[in-house]
Amino acid sequence: MGSRRLTIERRAVERARRPPVLLIVLAGIGFAVFAVPFIGLISRVPWTDLPELLASDLVIDALRLSMVTSLAATLVAVLIGVPLAWVLARLEFPGRSLVRGLVTLPLVLPPVVGGAALLFALGRRGLIGEPLNQATGLLLPFSTSGVVLANTFVAMPFLVITVEGALRNLDHRYEGAASSLGAGQWTVLRRVTLPMIGPSLVAGLVLTWARALGEFGATITFAGNLQGRTQTLPLAVFVALESDRDVAVALSLVMVVVSLAVLLVLRERWWKAL
Amino acid sequence: MVEGPVGEGLEARFGLHRGDDFRLELDLAISPGRTVALLGPNGAGKSTAVAAIAGLLQVEWGRIGLAGITLDDPDAGIYLPPESRKVGVVFQDYLLFPHLSVVENVAFGLRSRGMSRSDSLARAADWLTRLDLTGLEKRKPGRLSGGQAQRVALARALVTEPDLLLLDEPLSALDVTTRGELRRVLDRHLEDFPGPRLVITHDPVEAFLLADEVHILEEGVVTQWGTPDEIRLRPRTSYAADLAGSNLLFGRASAGLALVGSHHIHLAEHDIDGDVLLTIRPSAISLHRRPPEGSPRNMWETSIELIEDLGERTRVRTGAPLPLTAEVTAEASSTLCLAEGERIWLAIKATEIGVEPEDGRSSSG
Repeated sequence: MGSRRLTIERRAVERARRPPVLLIVLAGIGFAVFAVPFIGLISRVPWTDLPELLASDLVIDALRLSMVTSLAATLVAVLIGVPLAWVLARLEFPGRSLVRGLVTLPLVLPPVVGGAALLFALGRRGLIGEPLNQATGLLLPFSTSGVVLANTFVAMPFLVITVEGALRNLDHRYEGAASSLGAGQWTVLRRVTLPMIGPSLVAGLVLTWARALGEFGATITFAGNLQGRTQTLPLAVFVALESDRDVAVALSLVMVVVSLAVLLVLRERWWKAL
Repeated sequence: MVEGPVGEGLEARFGLHRGDDFRLELDLAISPGRTVALLGPNGAGKSTAVAAIAGLLQVEWGRIGLAGITLDDPDAGIYLPPESRKVGVVFQDYLLFPHLSVVENVAFGLRSRGMSRSDSLARAADWLTRLDLTGLEKRKPGRLSGGQAQRVALARALVTEPDLLLLDEPLSALDVTTRGELRRVLDRHLEDFPGPRLVITHDPVEAFLLADEVHILEEGVVTQWGTPDEIRLRPRTSYAADLAGSNLLFGRASAGLALVGSHHIHLAEHDIDGDVLLTIRPSAISLHRRPPEGSPRNMWETSIELIEDLGERTRVRTGAPLPLTAEVTAEASSTLCLAEGERIWLAIKATEIGVEPEDGRSSSG
């Protein structure tokens, strides 16, 4: 009761003082920066032709490829990103801060640079790409696997950082309690550690997936722009802007809807865990 | 409870370092059916001892054996990981898994040891019934009272039928009003457990009431051990003296008056009715040649049964009508010319008497 009354009093004080007009005006402009582009996009939507546009080969191919590659990248991120987060959070080793720095670099690095770096490492003439190609015949650039790799490179840091933070904040004594109850290390991980960081894990997964879905720079640099093989939704938008604006708008609308859905899901349940 | 030979119980004689300047050395033997308390202040190494015996920390020298199995023996290269030890631990703050329901928490140990899901849930449900937790199976630990959480933690530790029951500060998470009741619940379940039991605590009342034998741990070393009476009557360190001399009295309270045996004691607390546990620190009792004047309402004339010289302080055991242990400075003791067998006046301020409700225990205590 006491704290509630305090809140009411504080509100009364806030109402009594008028905020500076300039601040409100600047905030309004700030909001407009985000809002106007969406209004522009929505105003161009060809609503009557929309079903037909969405059913075109270009859109269907891009949508399918985007779903497959972004989900595959998320899966890869879970398989190797969660162990990486665990090692960073739990093991003391020389150069750990260097490793952590390298893992977070893609968050700030221009994706095009990431794509170029992938090309130099894994391209046909790349450091690892060349021997890999000679040994197995595998060629990553300009392939769907290349898209997954580029997506993973750019998006996985979101998962690693979120999960590492959660592992650090987890009370280790719970894991000790689990092992005293007879649980081996894998059982502890599966039945105690991962469930206890569950909300952060899910938040990291959704962020990773959303980032992979929107990936453009690294993908086009490393994997190119081949319809049905490497042309994801963002790439298709880019191409369509040159040829058929209505298709570009339809594709953009699909991505806005998907992004909004992700945001809503995060808001509802997992935003607090970040 | 019949006590078995020590070899079937816990034999722990080990040492280890933590950090640069902390060293723990312990030498404990607990036979089956016996309860030992490890009593010490914060930072004495109690949690380290728990972690070492549970296998969460590796000892550096010595040996820990339980029920004929060697758990630790660094010289012989033996270290059994925690999941292979049959040690049931009730952790400080209980550490119930927040994402699992009560019954899943209790079944956790059975599942981890390979029992099928349905069997382990059935066995867990049995234990919940034994510990009066029926109806709470589906509840998440976050929605349990302190006392319920304690019993769930106890069930989770006992369900795997461990060879040792280890309780780390089992009552410290509880508030004063429920502590007395839960201590009795705990005492009853300790009695039912056939193996050796080790209680880690900083609370002397807990140690003296639950344990057959008390070991005082200070700065990583056991400074004294013995039965609760031995420690209370002959404390050897100032820490032991401070906590061990506490007078524990069972009585029945009503309207600010407690009846202990046939003697009445005034309390500062007027709201507690029924059976109570009173605690009086020895230094809170003053001794006088003549009836004292002033505020203390608890005073009576008694005899001096025993005088112990503790160096700077003197401990005095008084006789009828209510035997108590008092402690005065050596200076006061010489001014009073204390001598065994003489008559003396004793005074206690009501505000210096600790009162805890003790529902259900007879008032004769």
